Amino acid sequence: MTSSMLFNVTTFTYLISMIVFFAFLASKNKTLGITGSFIAYAGLAVQTVAIALRWKESYDMGVGHAPMSNLYESIVFFSWTIILIFAYIDIRYKYRIVGAFVVPFALLGMAWAQLGMNTGIEPLVPALQSNWLLYHVITCFLGYAAFAVACGISIMYLIKAVVESTDSSTPAGGLMSMFPPLRVLDDLNYRAIMIGFPLLTLGIITGAAWANYAWGTYWSWDPKETWSLIVWFVYAAFLHARITKGWVGKRAAWLSVIGFAATIFCYLGVNLFLSGLHSYGSSKM
Amino acid sequence: MSSTILIFHLLKRLEATLATNEQSFVNKLWDFFCSLKLTLFLLFSLALTSIIGTILPQGAVPPEYIAQISPTKFQIYSKLGFFDMYHSWWFITLLYVFSLNLVCCSIKRLPHVFKFISEPILVLGESARNSHPLKKELKYSGSIEKGKERLVQFLQNEFSTPVITEQNNEFHLFAQKTAWCRLGVYVVHFSILVIFIGAIIGSLVGYKGYVAIVEGTSVNSIDGKNGQKIPLGFEVLCEKFNVEFYSTGAPKEFRSILTILENGKPVPGFSKIKVIVNEPLTYKGMTFYQSSYGQASEGGEHTITVTPRNGGTAEKFVVHEGESKTLKDGTTFTVLEATPEVRQFAPGFSGPAARVQVTRKGAEPQIFVVFKNYPDVNAARGDALVFGYEGTDAKQYTGLQVAKDPGVWVVWLGCALMVIGISVAFFMSHKRVWVVVSPGHIRMYGNASKNQAAFLMQFEELSAKFQELKI
Ligand code: HEM
Repeated sequence: MTSSMLFNVTTFTYLISMIVFFAFLASKNKTLGITGSFIAYAGLAVQTVAIALRWKESYDMGVGHAPMSNLYESIVFFSWTIILIFAYIDIRYKYRIVGAFVVPFALLGMAWAQLGMNTGIEPLVPALQSNWLLYHVITCFLGYAAFAVACGISIMYLIKAVVESTDSSTPAGGLMSMFPPLRVLDDLNYRAIMIGFPLLTLGIITGAAWANYAWGTYWSWDPKETWSLIVWFVYAAFLHARITKGWVGKRAAWLSVIGFAATIFCYLGVNLFLSGLHSYGSSKM
Repeated sequence: MSSTILIFHLLKRLEATLATNEQSFVNKLWDFFCSLKLTLFLLFSLALTSIIGTILPQGAVPPEYIAQISPTKFQIYSKLGFFDMYHSWWFITLLYVFSLNLVCCSIKRLPHVFKFISEPILVLGESARNSHPLKKELKYSGSIEKGKERLVQFLQNEFSTPVITEQNNEFHLFAQKTAWCRLGVYVVHFSILVIFIGAIIGSLVGYKGYVAIVEGTSVNSIDGKNGQKIPLGFEVLCEKFNVEFYSTGAPKEFRSILTILENGKPVPGFSKIKVIVNEPLTYKGMTFYQSSYGQASEGGEHTITVTPRNGGTAEKFVVHEGESKTLKDGTTFTVLEATPEVRQFAPGFSGPAARVQVTRKGAEPQIFVVFKNYPDVNAARGDALVFGYEGTDAKQYTGLQVAKDPGVWVVWLGCALMVIGISVAFFMSHKRVWVVVSPGHIRMYGNASKNQAAFLMQFEELSAKFQELKI
């Protein structure tokens, strides 16, 4: 058995989980909700094994390193963290339907990685040969994943807010009755960001510590660094907006969606459109 | 006379109006700098303007970029400081206003928070009681004195030691936990200022530079940012520089072996230190980071052999890079460039190699690579002359980034405070419980500053035990 096979199983499992969640949404059958969650957890377990196996395989090849060193490995890890944070929110707050809006993010990541990317294990270039890589990547991606979950919840909020304001005649029936109340969605959004914000803060700090250690500058306004700071500003604004009158609800949901868009740009856009020290796979030392 | 009084009176009025206007102006200014709206405005402004510097080149603008945009655009961008925007006057101003906002906001709120912690609400008023979301009531027929004692005991065991107030023939017990966690947010805000201070210290007394050291030689100064020489006060000797490659041709390790010399003698503990990317060398607050390498161009000579294919003796030439030689038959050749390790350019090959240009008399110039370790490849070209490369005596140099930043520890202190502050602000909560013992019944109320759901469970647990009290 190879990690690559297990990653394919993972992708397939997330697909099934998503389909079951959609069926849950349509049928309102409680068992389906629980099933969807458990399939997602099963996928998480398989993916955990797969990541560990890939780690081991890299050692067998003589280029041993944690599987977080290029775009493929990072997006696989991102998917894993998204389901991990989802599992936490799911177990803690038990609003199953959130899965229908979060699992697709993880599935999208896995499908893109498995179908569209070079999956080979590559040796580490000198710049990445450091334990800081591990601390930095883990904290950043856990933070990003929490923002992904918050974004999914905010999309639910916005859909529900729009539907409820347009047809107030059927508040009890319809698809919307499956969604948690707006007040709860708003609160869940805040809670997910309360997980993400400290993690992103740690991610930026470990990145700065690593840069200082490796290059002698903790901050050099490199595009990736700057974008991570932009993301941080947006979520800091979110936190302060909440304690200002009139910024809860819809506006907070939009802010969370914008924050996640900035997060994705920080993660992918910077590498695709801008240049800098962080471009994966460049042979810069 | 009366007119003088009138004028005097008017002046007085004017002065008073001015004073109150001034007062209200200062007040308005103060409120402005304390407001959270300003905070939001600043956070959004910083986020949006920061984007500019990730799109436009920063620092030394490359000529290709200038050629791309119109001169007016270039002028405007330069005027606005867009090419060094994170140090431009307006960005720095934003950061100062941000700091001012933080300081004012904290000055305004901190006294209230301290008061809130040190002088808690011991007695819940009637209206507060009626509108309280978390409450529990017990019928009670005993004496309030006894009830009080029993409940003090209860709170002590189950929550925390209460403060007792007697009022209107009722006993009010108040107990709280982790009140100090309300200060967490202020620790976060303070930490931002600490990080700024660390950055300012770094920019005032720290510096960055670069030095290239040829193998076997030493330097006693480095090149600063503006091209000036910065004396080190000691010497750095490069004993050796080495590059290792993976079989794919990707670089595996750049390694300098450095020795620090004081008065020409190696410093114990700083002799033959390995410096690689991600493992710098620090001496006297100065840190040397592996950053680049190359072949020292001065003095390096390459040995090229030329052998006629139809047999005959090999001829040896010693040339510098870029230098041309002419053979007896009129053929000229030039060593365009050479490397001690060809793997990164030609995966599958290793060892020294040179790129040469050969121009046979009356023919087009040909450019090809000759390898030291693969004479067969050189011969396989099938030309009448077989070129070979025997290597070079050229030395390599190691390029080191040098940095000194005494402010960095202040920055790390700020970061530590921020992490602690955020953890306290988000994951701890100030929990309060009030118990009112009155003739006929006992009522319990609860409140938490954060994480209401978790506190609700705790309060329900407490209520269940409260209900079971045999009093
Ligand atoms: C101009 C700058 C800032 C000002 C004036 C400011 C002001 C405030 C105020 C008044 C509060 C509410 C305190 C309360 O609960 O009574 C607060 C909360 C908070 N601030 Fe700031 N702040 C600023 C910048 C920042 C930044 C850049 C961060 C980034 C870490 C930050 C992190 C927080 C956090 C985490 C909270 C707690 C929010 C919550 O409990 O949801 N602040 N801030």
